[in-house]
Amino acid sequence: MTKQREATVWIGGEAGEGIASAGDVFVKTAARAGLGAFAHNSYQSVIRGGEVVLQIRTGPHPVLSQGGKWDFLLALNQRVLDHYLPWAAPHAAALFNADIVAPPEGSAPAALLGLPVGELTAGLDQKPVMQNTILLGALAFLLGLPRELFEGSVRAQFEKRKPKLAELNVDVARRGWEYAEQHFPPAEHITLAGDGKRRIVITGNQAVGLGAVAGGCKFYSAYPMTPASSIMHWLAPRAARYGMLMKQAEDELAAMNMAIGAGFAGVRAMVGTSGGGFALMTEAVGLAGMIESPVVAVLSQRGGPSTGLPTKTEQGDLFQALGASQGEYPKAVLAALDPVDAYYAAVEAHNLAEKYQMPVILLLDLYLSERHVTADPESLNPDVAIERGEVVREIEGEYLRYRDTVSGVSPRALPGTPGGMHVAASDEHNEEGVLISDWYTNPTMRTRMMEKRMRKMKGVRRDTAERGLVCEGPEDAEITIVGWGSTFHVLEEARRALADAGHPARLIQFRTLWPFPAEQALPLLRKTKRTVCVENNAGGLLARLIRQETGFAFSHAVRKYDGEPFSAGPLTQALEICLRPKAPKVQTLISAELDLPVVFQ
Amino acid sequence: MSTAVDYRSRVRRTWCPGCGDYGVLHALQTACAALSIERRNLVVVSGIGCSSALPHFLNVYGVHTLHGRALPVAQGIKMANKDLTVIVAGGDGDGYGIGAGHLIHALRRNLDITYIVMDNRIYGLTTGQASPTSDRGHKTKSTPAGNPECALNPPALAVVGGATFVGRGFSGEPVHLAEVMQRAIRHKGFSLVDVYSPCVTWNKVNTYDFYRPRVVKLEQEGHDPSDREAAIRQALREDRLPIGVLYEIDEPTFAEEEPSLQGEPLVRSRIGLTASEWAALMEEFS
Repeated sequence: MTKQREATVWIGGEAGEGIASAGDVFVKTAARAGLGAFAHNSYQSVIRGGEVVLQIRTGPHPVLSQGGKWDFLLALNQRVLDHYLPWAAPHAAALFNADIVAPPEGSAPAALLGLPVGELTAGLDQKPVMQNTILLGALAFLLGLPRELFEGSVRAQFEKRKPKLAELNVDVARRGWEYAEQHFPPAEHITLAGDGKRRIVITGNQAVGLGAVAGGCKFYSAYPMTPASSIMHWLAPRAARYGMLMKQAEDELAAMNMAIGAGFAGVRAMVGTSGGGFALMTEAVGLAGMIESPVVAVLSQRGGPSTGLPTKTEQGDLFQALGASQGEYPKAVLAALDPVDAYYAAVEAHNLAEKYQMPVILLLDLYLSERHVTADPESLNPDVAIERGEVVREIEGEYLRYRDTVSGVSPRALPGTPGGMHVAASDEHNEEGVLISDWYTNPTMRTRMMEKRMRKMKGVRRDTAERGLVCEGPEDAEITIVGWGSTFHVLEEARRALADAGHPARLIQFRTLWPFPAEQALPLLRKTKRTVCVENNAGGLLARLIRQETGFAFSHAVRKYDGEPFSAGPLTQALEICLRPKAPKVQTLISAELDLPVVFQ
Repeated sequence: MSTAVDYRSRVRRTWCPGCGDYGVLHALQTACAALSIERRNLVVVSGIGCSSALPHFLNVYGVHTLHGRALPVAQGIKMANKDLTVIVAGGDGDGYGIGAGHLIHALRRNLDITYIVMDNRIYGLTTGQASPTSDRGHKTKSTPAGNPECALNPPALAVVGGATFVGRGFSGEPVHLAEVMQRAIRHKGFSLVDVYSPCVTWNKVNTYDFYRPRVVKLEQEGHDPSDREAAIRQALREDRLPIGVLYEIDEPTFAEEEPSLQGEPLVRSRIGLTASEWAALMEEFS
């Protein structure tokens, strides 16, 4: 039997049963053992009561996606076991508390390993979540994870919040481990071998928060909205340490306008929200464009339209970002590829915003925002370049806030600067900032000011071209796969699978959506006859943007808009179909009940 | 020693002749001069509407924002640089209509900001529709049969909404108004000054002649501004229209309460992380 070098673990239960905490311990153990890990939470928007499945895949670092069928299922209740048994991989095993979960009758596609949790915790001050720790202990044994590291991770998890419970939980975990050692055969088909290197575990939203802190952001305002809220949660207890303020506002209108005010006053300012909140911020995005004040908006997409799928992922807000606000003004729209990239993208967004005195939108989605992955600590460079743009400190003679310059960038004077007094106005204005809108309408000046502002896009284009896209795979490929943002790693996994199956493939993943890097993209897109645009949306938004900006039309599309992320297996199948002579132009993938069956249209 | 003229810009003032806002502008310049506020450290923020043109007529820093959003922009400025004096100016439609949601939270937040509302009880810039402070029955372009809604009482709302300072003035009494403004700016925390500022073009009901016989100065009424119930009673009076300081209490400001604002203003805080700060963060993630 060929040994499998990776394992997929699903932890399922009701929201509030401690799934996230169990997942954290498992991923931390993997990271400390020199393994890679990738965790994706498929959850419901209820605090308690909805079924939640945390999908974790571990193996050699880096792990590119959440994986497919499970090798191990930690079923925290009966429903989870009954429901998810059909998604067992060969040789899989389900672990559960035998006191409350009964194995189903008849044959099962997986080994059913019940643990007598009550008996194992007899004499202890019992808590329902102890079953999680017991099951984790058994899992750690079955996977052959280093016991010391595992116990250390359990201790670390509890020491943070409930130090009194740390040793108790280590004890409980050990009981699970030992019970499994005595009663269950270890998973012989799986060998997890770490490389001995200890890594960090980080989510997309944490990386954005970290990038903001390292990049000198001093003001973050937001209104709670999934899946952006965890940026707020990460910053809130830490902001004061770094001379930063995290302000929860009364609504997104206030959040955005506060950030613009803070930016005007001279600090790096950022907001975070999802599509619904961004809709409310939209008018102010244009204000930032008009008064030429820097601001960064993190837009973490979820299923839409309207309230949509609050806890599900989608890439449906691209045109909302591109078309934000009435009128025309310079802006940049960036998309992060993974948590490490999100760290740098947050810094870049602030640099662009200040250098060009404009709003910058950083697109994430739930799949990226809430993904837990292992990362090499040195992949995050703390000494990021910080470009604050042109700011005048001393003024001699007349100061024109909106001076018509070659670059379109007019040096800013921050409040407090002697001689720099001016009014930043949302109405059209002249170089001085005096209105030309109602009383002194001046078509020549209006044209000149519009041109001045839009001229900044030349510089933005120059600065963002380099980060515009990433390319993987050979030039002489059979097919070119194209995506944007958060789908980078799962597309790369599918690309490698195609290559392994004898179909050399190339991947182009876009990181800059606006200004669109057309000059870089077009020659690459023309290399292969077959080109497939893969997007987590219904309309093929990137494909539409590319057609608009380059005239290029894709031969194929693979789309998914059921709220779940792409899974590498079905995606690879869909891409193989694109290689057939009479392949459908558009394939829609659906994860029926959390994955796998592929439906073609 | 600065004078009111020092705060005046070269920009031609565009309000209709006789507009109440001239009195408000002059009173504000007088108050700023009396307090010797350095022009470079003064930021005046407005929304949209006739009165929101006010920052242009001052030679200080200003932001002429969106309709209804002056308060959040101003609060962002104050949070970023607490050393600045931040004054917000706007109209009743801007502050009590489209921006009303922000007002109640600005009251609760109690940042050290002064908010001057030029309340003409009509939408002037859009040529005469009913506003949140138009009286029931007021016939306007949008309410030809008479306004079917009752008028908002901003000072009463502010007192019960958590305000720490509520003042009222009349632009026909600019000297008195300037005194109320001075006290409002000096007040530690959020101060609302609602000003009866007649629109001579679109509101033929609430005119100077309407207000003159009705206003009464609170200082002459023996009113105690620290008495909350008395403040509400004064705000709700129908026999006369009280002007002056209705309410003033000492409460902790946002900047006093917020841990992130204890040190230097954010605008002067250090950029980037030290090696030990970075190491500690990496440890958190491992």
